[in-house]
Amino acid sequence: MALLDLFWGFLRVGCFAFGGAYGAIPLIRDIVLSYGWLTDESLAYMIAVSESTPGPIMLNLATYVGSSQAGVLGSAVATLSVVLPSFFVILLITAALKNLLKNQYVQAVLRGLKPCIIGVILATGSHMILQNAALLPQVSPDLRALALTILLAACFWLPRRLLHKKLSPISLILLSAAFGILAYGI
Amino acid sequence: MRKNILWELALVFMKIGLFTFGGGYAMIAMMEDLCVEKKQWITHDEMMDVTVIAESTPGPIAINCATYVGYRQAGLIGSIVTTLAIIMPSACIIFLISIFFDHFLEIQLVSHAFKAIKIAVGILIFDAGVTMLHKMPKTVLARSVAGCAFAAIFLSNLFAWNLSSVSLMLIAAAVSLAVFLAKKHMAPKAVK
Repeated sequence: MALLDLFWGFLRVGCFAFGGAYGAIPLIRDIVLSYGWLTDESLAYMIAVSESTPGPIMLNLATYVGSSQAGVLGSAVATLSVVLPSFFVILLITAALKNLLKNQYVQAVLRGLKPCIIGVILATGSHMILQNAALLPQVSPDLRALALTILLAACFWLPRRLLHKKLSPISLILLSAAFGILAYGI
Repeated sequence: MRKNILWELALVFMKIGLFTFGGGYAMIAMMEDLCVEKKQWITHDEMMDVTVIAESTPGPIAINCATYVGYRQAGLIGSIVTTLAIIMPSACIIFLISIFFDHFLEIQLVSHAFKAIKIAVGILIFDAGVTMLHKMPKTVLARSVAGCAFAAIFLSNLFAWNLSSVSLMLIAAAVSLAVFLAKKHMAPKAVK
Protein backbone atom coordinates (compact mmCIF):
# COMPACT_ATOMS: atom_id res chain seq x y z
CA MET A 1 0.00 0.00 0.00
CA ALA A 2 2.84 2.38 0.91
CA LEU A 3 4.53 1.53 -2.39
CA LEU A 4 1.38 2.31 -4.34
CA ASP A 5 1.00 5.65 -2.54
CA LEU A 6 4.65 6.46 -3.28
CA PHE A 7 4.23 5.52 -6.93
CA TRP A 8 1.06 7.53 -7.44
CA GLY A 9 2.25 10.51 -5.39
CA PHE A 10 5.58 10.89 -7.15
CA LEU A 11 4.12 10.13 -10.58
CA ARG A 12 1.92 13.23 -10.12
CA VAL A 13 4.98 15.25 -9.10
CA GLY A 14 6.81 14.01 -12.20
CA CYS A 15 3.95 14.99 -14.51
CA PHE A 16 3.75 18.58 -13.28
CA ALA A 17 7.38 19.39 -12.44
CA PHE A 18 7.80 22.23 -14.92
CA GLY A 19 10.16 25.04 -14.10
CA GLY A 20 13.54 23.53 -13.27
CA ALA A 21 15.19 22.48 -10.05
CA TYR A 22 12.89 24.33 -7.67
CA GLY A 23 9.70 23.87 -9.66
CA ALA A 24 9.00 20.50 -8.08
CA ILE A 25 9.47 21.59 -4.47
CA PRO A 26 5.92 22.98 -3.94
CA LEU A 27 4.47 19.84 -5.57
CA ILE A 28 6.56 17.54 -3.38
CA ARG A 29 5.60 19.62 -0.34
CA ASP A 30 1.89 19.14 -1.13
CA ILE A 31 2.32 15.40 -1.45
CA VAL A 32 4.55 14.73 1.57
CA LEU A 33 2.42 16.91 3.85
CA SER A 34 -0.87 15.40 2.70
CA TYR A 35 0.36 11.82 3.21
CA GLY A 36 2.15 12.83 6.41
CA TRP A 37 5.49 11.52 5.09
CA LEU A 38 7.51 14.56 6.17
CA THR A 39 6.95 17.74 8.19
CA ASP A 40 7.75 21.20 6.86
CA GLU A 41 10.87 21.16 8.98
CA SER A 42 12.28 17.83 7.82
CA LEU A 43 11.42 18.74 4.21
CA ALA A 44 13.55 21.89 4.51
CA TYR A 45 16.40 19.80 5.96
CA MET A 46 16.21 17.40 3.06
CA ILE A 47 16.11 20.20 0.49
CA ALA A 48 19.39 21.45 1.97
CA VAL A 49 20.90 17.96 1.86
CA SER A 50 19.69 17.50 -1.75
CA GLU A 51 21.22 20.80 -2.73
CA SER A 52 24.57 19.76 -1.22
CA THR A 53 24.76 16.31 -2.81
CA PRO A 54 24.98 15.42 -6.53
CA GLY A 55 21.84 15.08 -8.61
CA PRO A 56 18.64 17.05 -9.17
CA ILE A 57 16.78 18.09 -6.00
CA MET A 58 13.52 16.56 -7.19
CA LEU A 59 15.05 13.09 -7.56
CA ASN A 60 16.96 13.30 -4.31
CA LEU A 61 13.79 14.21 -2.39
CA ALA A 62 11.94 11.32 -4.03
CA THR A 63 14.71 8.87 -3.11
CA TYR A 64 14.76 10.10 0.49
CA VAL A 65 11.00 10.03 1.02
CA GLY A 66 10.76 6.60 -0.63
CA SER A 67 13.53 5.20 1.53
CA SER A 68 12.14 6.64 4.76
CA GLN A 69 8.68 5.22 4.01
CA ALA A 70 9.49 1.80 2.57
CA GLY A 71 13.23 1.10 2.49
CA VAL A 72 15.22 0.20 -0.62
CA LEU A 73 12.16 -0.78 -2.60
CA GLY A 74 10.38 2.43 -1.63
CA SER A 75 13.31 4.58 -2.73
CA ALA A 76 13.48 2.75 -6.07
CA VAL A 77 9.73 3.12 -6.65
CA ALA A 78 9.64 6.83 -5.72
CA THR A 79 12.74 7.69 -7.79
CA LEU A 80 11.59 5.82 -10.87
CA SER A 81 8.02 7.10 -10.74
CA VAL A 82 9.21 10.71 -10.48
CA VAL A 83 11.30 10.38 -13.70
CA LEU A 84 8.83 8.22 -15.61
CA PRO A 85 6.65 11.06 -17.00
CA SER A 86 9.57 13.16 -18.25
CA PHE A 87 11.21 10.05 -19.72
CA PHE A 88 8.13 9.28 -21.80
CA VAL A 89 7.58 12.89 -22.83
CA ILE A 90 11.15 13.20 -24.19
CA LEU A 91 10.88 9.82 -25.91
CA LEU A 92 7.60 10.86 -27.48
CA ILE A 93 9.01 14.15 -28.71
CA THR A 94 12.25 12.74 -30.14
CA ALA A 95 10.76 9.59 -31.62
CA ALA A 96 7.37 10.63 -32.90
CA LEU A 97 6.14 14.13 -32.30
CA LYS A 98 9.00 16.46 -33.17
CA ASN A 99 6.72 19.47 -33.47
CA LEU A 100 4.60 18.76 -30.39
CA LEU A 101 5.94 21.79 -28.56
CA LYS A 102 5.36 24.05 -31.55
CA ASN A 103 1.68 23.11 -31.63
CA GLN A 104 -0.34 26.24 -30.85
CA TYR A 105 -2.62 24.52 -28.31
CA VAL A 106 0.34 23.00 -26.46
CA GLN A 107 1.94 26.46 -26.47
CA ALA A 108 -1.25 27.96 -25.02
CA VAL A 109 -1.29 25.39 -22.21
CA LEU A 110 2.41 26.05 -21.44
CA ARG A 111 1.76 29.80 -21.36
CA GLY A 112 -0.59 29.13 -18.44
CA LEU A 113 1.49 26.48 -16.65
CA LYS A 114 4.80 28.34 -16.51
CA PRO A 115 3.67 31.58 -14.83
CA CYS A 116 1.51 29.50 -12.48
CA ILE A 117 4.48 27.50 -11.21
CA ILE A 118 6.42 30.76 -10.74
CA GLY A 119 3.64 32.13 -8.54
CA VAL A 120 3.51 28.84 -6.63
CA ILE A 121 7.29 28.83 -6.01
CA LEU A 122 7.27 32.44 -4.83
CA ALA A 123 4.37 31.75 -2.47
CA THR A 124 6.05 28.61 -1.09
CA GLY A 125 9.38 30.43 -0.63
CA SER A 126 7.89 33.46 1.09
CA HIS A 127 5.74 31.28 3.35
CA MET A 128 8.84 29.30 4.36
CA ILE A 129 10.78 32.50 5.07
CA LEU A 130 7.97 33.90 7.23
CA GLN A 131 7.48 30.60 9.02
CA ASN A 132 11.20 30.16 9.75
CA ALA A 133 11.54 33.77 10.89
CA ALA A 134 8.59 33.11 13.24
CA LEU A 135 6.59 35.94 11.68
CA LEU A 136 3.38 33.96 11.17
CA PRO A 137 0.50 34.34 13.65
CA GLN A 138 0.55 30.59 14.55
CA VAL A 139 4.26 30.57 15.41
CA SER A 140 5.55 31.90 18.72
CA PRO A 141 8.01 34.77 18.24
CA ASP A 142 11.69 33.84 18.07
CA LEU A 143 14.14 36.74 17.96
CA ARG A 144 17.11 34.53 17.17
CA ALA A 145 15.42 33.07 14.09
CA LEU A 146 14.34 36.52 12.94
CA ALA A 147 17.87 37.89 13.30
CA LEU A 148 19.32 34.89 11.43
CA THR A 149 16.81 35.39 8.61
CA ILE A 150 17.75 39.05 8.19
CA LEU A 151 21.46 38.24 8.38
CA LEU A 152 21.29 35.41 5.82
CA ALA A 153 19.07 37.38 3.44
CA ALA A 154 21.58 40.25 3.60
CA CYS A 155 24.53 37.89 3.00
CA PHE A 156 22.73 36.39 0.00
CA TRP A 157 21.25 39.43 -1.70
CA LEU A 158 23.58 42.32 -0.81
CA PRO A 159 26.71 41.04 -2.65
CA ARG A 160 24.59 40.60 -5.75
CA ARG A 161 23.16 44.12 -5.56
CA LEU A 162 26.47 45.79 -4.77
CA LEU A 163 29.18 43.66 -6.40
CA HIS A 164 27.18 41.60 -8.90
CA LYS A 165 28.68 38.49 -7.37
CA LYS A 166 26.41 35.59 -6.71
CA LEU A 167 26.74 33.44 -3.62
CA SER A 168 26.15 29.82 -4.70
CA PRO A 169 23.39 27.83 -2.95
CA ILE A 170 25.96 25.53 -1.35
CA SER A 171 27.96 28.45 0.07
CA LEU A 172 24.77 29.92 1.54
CA ILE A 173 23.95 26.58 3.15
CA LEU A 174 27.47 26.28 4.61
CA LEU A 175 27.36 29.87 5.82
CA SER A 176 23.98 29.31 7.47
CA ALA A 177 25.28 26.16 9.16
CA ALA A 178 28.12 28.18 10.69
CA PHE A 179 25.72 30.94 11.82
CA GLY A 180 23.36 28.35 13.26
CA ILE A 181 26.10 26.72 15.34
CA LEU A 182 27.13 30.14 16.63
CA ALA A 183 23.62 31.44 17.28
CA TYR A 184 22.13 28.34 18.97
CA GLY A 185 25.29 26.89 20.48
CA ILE A 186 26.56 29.87 22.42
CA MET B 1 29.75 -3.10 -30.79
CA ARG B 2 26.22 -2.48 -29.63
CA LYS B 3 27.03 -3.80 -26.21
CA ASN B 4 30.06 -1.52 -26.09
CA ILE B 5 28.09 1.63 -26.78
CA LEU B 6 25.63 0.75 -23.98
CA TRP B 7 28.52 0.32 -21.53
CA GLU B 8 30.05 3.55 -22.64
CA LEU B 9 26.75 5.43 -22.30
CA ALA B 10 26.25 3.95 -18.84
CA LEU B 11 29.74 4.92 -17.65
CA VAL B 12 29.65 8.46 -19.03
CA PHE B 13 26.20 9.22 -17.60
CA MET B 14 27.06 7.73 -14.22
CA LYS B 15 30.05 10.05 -14.16
CA ILE B 16 27.82 13.02 -14.97
CA GLY B 17 25.35 11.93 -12.29
CA LEU B 18 28.08 11.57 -9.68
CA PHE B 19 30.04 14.76 -10.16
CA THR B 20 27.43 17.44 -10.62
CA PHE B 21 26.08 19.18 -7.57
CA GLY B 22 22.80 21.06 -7.45
CA GLY B 23 21.66 19.44 -10.70
CA GLY B 24 20.40 21.47 -13.62
CA TYR B 25 22.81 23.60 -15.57
CA ALA B 26 25.99 22.26 -13.97
CA MET B 27 25.06 18.92 -15.47
CA ILE B 28 24.46 20.46 -18.88
CA ALA B 29 27.96 21.95 -18.93
CA MET B 30 29.51 18.57 -18.15
CA MET B 31 27.31 16.83 -20.71
CA GLU B 32 28.34 19.37 -23.31
CA ASP B 33 31.99 18.57 -22.57
CA LEU B 34 31.61 14.78 -22.58
CA CYS B 35 28.86 14.06 -25.12
CA VAL B 36 29.48 16.84 -27.62
CA GLU B 37 33.24 17.52 -27.46
CA LYS B 38 34.80 14.20 -26.43
CA LYS B 39 32.44 11.46 -27.60
CA GLN B 40 30.66 13.42 -30.35
CA TRP B 41 27.41 11.60 -29.64
CA ILE B 42 25.36 14.66 -30.49
CA THR B 43 26.14 18.08 -31.99
CA HIS B 44 26.21 21.34 -30.11
CA ASP B 45 23.08 22.50 -31.95
CA GLU B 46 21.19 19.36 -30.97
CA MET B 47 22.24 19.96 -27.37
CA MET B 48 20.82 23.49 -27.55
CA ASP B 49 17.57 22.16 -29.02
CA VAL B 50 17.16 19.60 -26.25
CA THR B 51 17.81 22.23 -23.61
CA VAL B 52 15.03 24.35 -25.09
CA ILE B 53 12.68 21.35 -25.24
CA ALA B 54 13.60 20.42 -21.66
CA GLU B 55 12.54 23.89 -20.49
CA SER B 56 8.99 23.15 -21.65
CA THR B 57 8.70 19.56 -20.49
CA PRO B 58 8.39 18.29 -16.93
CA GLY B 59 11.37 16.88 -15.09
CA PRO B 60 14.95 17.95 -14.44
CA ILE B 61 16.70 19.30 -17.53
CA ALA B 62 19.75 17.01 -17.13
CA ILE B 63 17.59 13.89 -17.05
CA ASN B 64 15.78 15.02 -20.19
CA CYS B 65 19.10 15.50 -21.99
CA ALA B 66 20.31 12.08 -20.84
CA THR B 67 17.16 10.43 -22.19
CA TYR B 68 17.63 12.22 -25.50
CA VAL B 69 21.31 11.30 -25.98
CA GLY B 70 20.61 7.67 -25.08
CA TYR B 71 17.77 7.46 -27.58
CA ARG B 72 19.86 9.02 -30.36
CA GLN B 73 22.76 6.60 -29.80
CA ALA B 74 21.00 3.33 -29.11
CA GLY B 75 17.21 3.70 -29.32
CA LEU B 76 14.86 2.76 -26.50
CA ILE B 77 17.43 0.59 -24.67
CA GLY B 78 19.94 3.41 -24.89
CA SER B 79 17.52 5.90 -23.39
CA ILE B 80 16.71 3.55 -20.51
CA VAL B 81 20.43 2.98 -19.86
CA THR B 82 21.36 6.68 -19.84
CA THR B 83 18.35 7.72 -17.72
CA LEU B 84 19.04 5.04 -15.11
CA ALA B 85 22.79 5.72 -15.20
CA ILE B 86 22.42 9.44 -14.50
CA ILE B 87 20.06 8.92 -11.54
CA MET B 88 21.91 5.95 -10.02
CA PRO B 89 24.81 7.70 -8.20
CA SER B 90 22.72 10.36 -6.45
CA ALA B 91 20.00 7.82 -5.59
CA CYS B 92 22.62 5.61 -3.87
CA ILE B 93 24.10 8.56 -1.97
CA ILE B 94 20.71 9.82 -0.78
CA PHE B 95 19.69 6.29 0.17
CA LEU B 96 22.76 5.97 2.40
CA ILE B 97 22.12 9.40 3.90
CA SER B 98 18.48 8.49 4.60
CA ILE B 99 19.63 5.59 6.79
CA PHE B 100 21.88 7.77 8.96
CA PHE B 101 20.16 11.13 8.79
CA ASP B 102 17.97 10.90 11.90
CA HIS B 103 20.96 9.85 14.03
CA PHE B 104 23.01 12.59 12.45
CA LEU B 105 20.41 15.15 13.58
CA GLU B 106 20.67 13.91 17.18
CA ILE B 107 24.14 15.45 17.36
CA GLN B 108 23.52 18.81 19.00
CA LEU B 109 25.94 20.74 16.81
CA VAL B 110 24.25 19.41 13.68
CA SER B 111 20.75 20.21 14.88
CA HIS B 112 21.87 23.76 15.67
CA ALA B 113 23.30 24.05 12.17
CA PHE B 114 20.11 22.76 10.55
CA LYS B 115 17.94 25.28 12.42
CA ALA B 116 19.70 27.99 10.42
CA ILE B 117 20.01 25.90 7.24
CA LYS B 118 16.23 25.67 6.96
CA ILE B 119 16.14 29.47 6.92
CA ALA B 120 18.64 29.46 4.04
CA VAL B 121 16.46 26.98 2.15
CA GLY B 122 13.47 29.35 2.30
CA ILE B 123 15.67 32.11 0.90
CA LEU B 124 16.93 29.85 -1.91
CA ILE B 125 13.42 28.84 -2.94
CA PHE B 126 12.18 32.41 -2.90
CA ASP B 127 15.24 33.49 -4.93
CA ALA B 128 14.63 30.76 -7.52
CA GLY B 129 11.10 32.14 -7.93
CA VAL B 130 12.37 35.71 -8.33
CA THR B 131 14.91 34.62 -10.98
CA MET B 132 12.17 32.82 -12.91
CA LEU B 133 9.90 35.85 -12.60
CA HIS B 134 12.59 38.04 -14.23
CA LYS B 135 12.84 35.66 -17.19
CA MET B 136 9.07 35.32 -17.59
CA PRO B 137 7.54 37.02 -20.66
CA LYS B 138 5.81 40.14 -19.33
CA THR B 139 2.39 39.64 -20.86
CA VAL B 140 -0.86 40.51 -19.10
CA LEU B 141 -1.85 36.85 -19.04
CA ALA B 142 1.47 35.65 -17.55
CA ARG B 143 1.46 38.39 -14.92
CA SER B 144 -2.10 37.78 -13.83
CA VAL B 145 -1.67 33.99 -13.72
CA ALA B 146 1.53 34.33 -11.65
CA GLY B 147 -0.13 36.88 -9.37
CA CYS B 148 -3.27 34.80 -8.81
CA ALA B 149 -1.23 31.63 -8.23
CA PHE B 150 0.93 33.45 -5.69
CA ALA B 151 -2.09 34.80 -3.83
CA ALA B 152 -3.93 31.47 -3.89
CA ILE B 153 -1.03 29.38 -2.58
CA PHE B 154 0.12 32.01 -0.08
CA LEU B 155 -3.36 32.30 1.43
CA SER B 156 -3.92 28.55 1.40
CA ASN B 157 -0.62 28.08 3.26
CA LEU B 158 -1.58 30.77 5.74
CA PHE B 159 -5.05 29.45 6.51
CA ALA B 160 -4.25 25.76 5.93
CA TRP B 161 -6.76 25.41 3.09
CA ASN B 162 -6.68 22.25 1.11
CA LEU B 163 -5.58 23.63 -2.27
CA SER B 164 -3.04 21.60 -4.23
CA SER B 165 -0.52 23.15 -6.61
CA VAL B 166 -1.45 20.56 -9.23
CA SER B 167 -5.12 21.57 -9.35
CA LEU B 168 -4.05 25.22 -9.53
CA MET B 169 -1.78 24.41 -12.48
CA LEU B 170 -4.62 22.62 -14.26
CA ILE B 171 -6.84 25.69 -13.77
CA ALA B 172 -4.07 27.97 -15.10
CA ALA B 173 -3.60 25.75 -18.17
CA ALA B 174 -7.36 25.75 -18.83
CA VAL B 175 -7.62 29.53 -18.45
CA SER B 176 -4.69 30.09 -20.81
CA LEU B 177 -6.17 27.70 -23.37
CA ALA B 178 -9.58 29.42 -23.10
CA VAL B 179 -7.99 32.84 -23.62
CA PHE B 180 -6.18 31.51 -26.68
CA LEU B 181 -9.34 29.96 -28.17
CA ALA B 182 -11.37 33.10 -27.47
CA LYS B 183 -8.75 35.25 -29.23
CA LYS B 184 -8.65 32.85 -32.15
CA HIS B 185 -12.41 33.01 -32.63
CA MET B 186 -12.52 36.76 -32.16
CA ALA B 187 -9.73 37.47 -34.64
CA PRO B 188 -11.64 36.92 -37.95
CA LYS B 189 -14.50 39.14 -36.75
CA ALA B 190 -12.07 41.89 -35.81
CA VAL B 191 -10.68 41.84 -39.37
CA LYS B 192 -14.15 42.40 -40.81
